[in-house]
Amino acid sequence: MSGTYLGMPSFPRAAAEATRDSTLRGNLRHATHTIRDKRARAVAELADWPRLRSAAAAIKDRTLRHLDHYLVQVEAAVTAAGGTVHWAADAAEANRIVTALVRATGETEVLKVKSMTTQEIELNEALGRAGITACETDLAELIVQLGEDRPSHILVPAIHRNRAEIRDIFRARMADWGRPAPDGLTDRPAELAEAARLHLREKFLRAKVAISGANFMVAETGTLVVVESEGNGRMCLTLPETLISVVGIEKVVPTWRDLGVFLQLLPRSATAERMNPYTSMWTGTGMGAGTGTGTGPGTGAGTGAGARTRAGDGDGPRIFHLVLLDNGRTDTLADTVGRQALRCIRCSACLNVCPVYERAGGHAYGSPYPGPIGAILTPQLRGTDSELDASLPFASSLCGACYEVCPVAIDIPEVLVHLRERVAEGGAVTRGGRKAVIRPARGHAAERAAMRAARWTLDHPAALRTAQRVACRTRRLHPRRLPGPGRAWTDTRALPEVPAKSFRDWWARTRGQGRPG
Amino acid sequence: MSDRETVLGRVRRALADVPREERPEDVPVAGERLRGYGERTPAAAAGLLARNLADYRALVHRVSAAGLPALVAGLLAARGARTLLVPEGLPERWPAAAVAAGVRLCPDDPRATPAELDAVDSVLTGCAVAVAETGTVVLDGGPGQGRRRITLVPDHHICVVRVPGQVVDSVPQALERLDPTRPLTWISGPSATSDIELDRVEGVHGPRTLEVVLLEG
Ligand code: SF4
Repeated sequence: MSGTYLGMPSFPRAAAEATRDSTLRGNLRHATHTIRDKRARAVAELADWPRLRSAAAAIKDRTLRHLDHYLVQVEAAVTAAGGTVHWAADAAEANRIVTALVRATGETEVLKVKSMTTQEIELNEALGRAGITACETDLAELIVQLGEDRPSHILVPAIHRNRAEIRDIFRARMADWGRPAPDGLTDRPAELAEAARLHLREKFLRAKVAISGANFMVAETGTLVVVESEGNGRMCLTLPETLISVVGIEKVVPTWRDLGVFLQLLPRSATAERMNPYTSMWTGTGMGAGTGTGTGPGTGAGTGAGARTRAGDGDGPRIFHLVLLDNGRTDTLADTVGRQALRCIRCSACLNVCPVYERAGGHAYGSPYPGPIGAILTPQLRGTDSELDASLPFASSLCGACYEVCPVAIDIPEVLVHLRERVAEGGAVTRGGRKAVIRPARGHAAERAAMRAARWTLDHPAALRTAQRVACRTRRLHPRRLPGPGRAWTDTRALPEVPAKSFRDWWARTRGQGRPG
Repeated sequence: MSDRETVLGRVRRALADVPREERPEDVPVAGERLRGYGERTPAAAAGLLARNLADYRALVHRVSAAGLPALVAGLLAARGARTLLVPEGLPERWPAAAVAAGVRLCPDDPRATPAELDAVDSVLTGCAVAVAETGTVVLDGGPGQGRRRITLVPDHHICVVRVPGQVVDSVPQALERLDPTRPLTWISGPSATSDIELDRVEGVHGPRTLEVVLLEG
C-alpha cells in the first residue's frame, strides 16, 4: 500500500477487509486499550478538567469566529521576528511553495518532522516528483515510510505493526535509505529503537533543510510550538539551516496565556502523560525587530534579559518559512455546524475509545485523519464526491464516546448526523471557497456506500456492545431523526428516545425499515 | 489574486454568520482558569517536582550548594564520562571537582559542528524554570543554558534546578515567567518512544539519560 489515497475503496469495504486481519486487530486492540486506561488516570489528576476543557473550546471558538484577525496577527509577528510567511489556498499551491523553497537551497534531501498536514497535501510525493527525497524522522513514521505503508493512527502511526514486522521492515529496507540495520537485529523494542537512532543520526548531523508542521501558533507573539517525545523534532527544528513549517490555518491560538490551557490538555489526552518529553517553541528566527524587547506579556524571563544568546550565534535555523495552509479549512469554516471540527488539536483520544476504529483500523478511513475526527474532518476538507468520502459520516455507531473524551469538546456525533443528512439529502455547501449545491445521494453510489457502512457497523456486534457501555451517558447526542437509510421511516414518526439497553434492537428495527429492496 | 487575499477572502465569507460589530473579545472564554492545582509550600512543590521527574525516568538528585561539585564529579565518573560540554555563563564552581578529577571541559562554541557535539560524553546546564505538576524543566537559552542543540545531541544531560527560586507549580505559572521571543525547550524526562507496541523505550534521538539536580538553599 503506497502512493496516494486516491482510489481507496469506500469505508465499509476497507473496514471489512481490516476486520478479517486478526494480527492488525490484535495490535490495535492492545494499543488503544492501553492508552485509553492510562488517559483516564492522567485526566483525573487535574481537578478542573471540565473547566479546562470548556476554556479550550471557547478559546478555539473565539479564534475561529475571528480567524482573519488572528491570521493577520500571526503573519505580522512571525515577519517581525525574521520569518517569511506564505499562504497556500490548496495542496497544489502549498507543494509548489515548499518545492521552490527547497530547490532554492540546492539540497535534494530534506528531513521531516511528523506532520499530518504534510501528509494531507501529500508533500513527500510532490517533493519526490521534483527529485527531492523527504526522510521521515519520527520512529513510527520511519517504520511506515520504510514499509511503503500508510499511517493508521494520528499519534502512533505504526500502531498496526508489531515488533516482528518492524524488525523485518528494518532489515529489508534501511539500507535503501542510508545506514543499514545492524547485523543480527532482534525484535526487542530497545534494539529496534537503537537501530533507528543510528540510522537517523547520520541524517540529522548533515541535514541542511527540515520540514515540520506545528501543534500551535500563537497570534500575539508569532511563536510556533511542536510537541513530541523522541527528540527527532528537536533535531529538525534546531540543526538545519533552513526550516519550513506547513501549518493549517486553524492551528492558531490568540495569546501566550491561552497556550497554557492547551499544553495541559494535549499530552494528557494524547499519550496520557502529564507532559510529553519535549516541547519546542520558536519565534521566527529570533532575529527580527521583536528580539530583545519582548513582544509578549512574559518578558522578564527567569534568567535576566541582558544575556540573550541569539542573533547569529547558530541557535536554530537561520532561515524560517511558515506556509499557512487552507486546503478545505475555509470550506469547513463556512459550515456553522461542521466548523467545530476545526477546534481539533489532533490528540487522538477519540480514536482510542472508538469501537468502530478499533475494529476497522486507521487505513479504512482513507486519509491521514482516521477515527471519529477523520469521519467528520475528511468529508469536510475534501467534500463528499467520492464513494469513500461519502461513506465516512456513516463510519460510526454514534455511541458518543468520542465526544466524552474530546479535550476541546467537539460534538462529533452532531457533526456526523449533520453530514449524513447532507449526503442523503444534498444541500448548500462551500467548495473551494464557492457556494455550491450538492444533489441528494438517493439512488446514487454514495447512498449505496452509506447503506453498506451502516450495515457494516450493525453486523459487528462487538463494536456495538462496546458502544452501549457509554450510550446511556450520551443519549442526548443521538439523532432525533434518523438520517440516511432510516430517513423515510423517521419522517413520519418521532424517533424514540434511545434507551441504552435496547440500542441494538432499535437499530435492528430501523435498519429493517430502511433497507433498500 | 494572491493566495493571501484568496484565503483571507474565503475566511471572511465563511464567517458571514458572525455579526460585523463583534470583536474577538466579545466571544467569552469560559471561566477563570486555575493557575495551579492546590496550594503548596515551596518544599512540597520541590517534592512533587522530584516525584514527577522520577516517574518519567529522569534521575533526580537533591544537594546543597556545597555538595554540588562533588555530586557532578560523581555522576560523570559513574558513567566514565571524560568530556563535559558547558555553556557560557555556567557557574565555574559547578564542574570544578570534575575538572580536578580529569574531566575535560568543552565550552560551547557556536562554530562547533553537530558531529563535534556528538563526540562529547555529557553536558551540564542550568534551567530557566521547572514545573512541579508535570515534572518539566524549561531552558530558554539564558546564561548557563546554552543553545538548544547542546542539550540534544550529547547522550547524557545533567540539569541543575535552583530550589525553590526556579520551581513553579503549574504550566500557566511557567508561561508567565517565560519570554516567548526566546527559543524555548521544555524537557520532561529523557527522550522516549512508545511507537513499538507501546513499550516505552528511552533515548531515541535525544539524550538517553537525564539527571536533574535540585540545588537547595
Ligand atoms: S476530535 Fe477531539 S479527541 Fe479527536 S483528535 Fe481532535 S481534539 Fe482529540
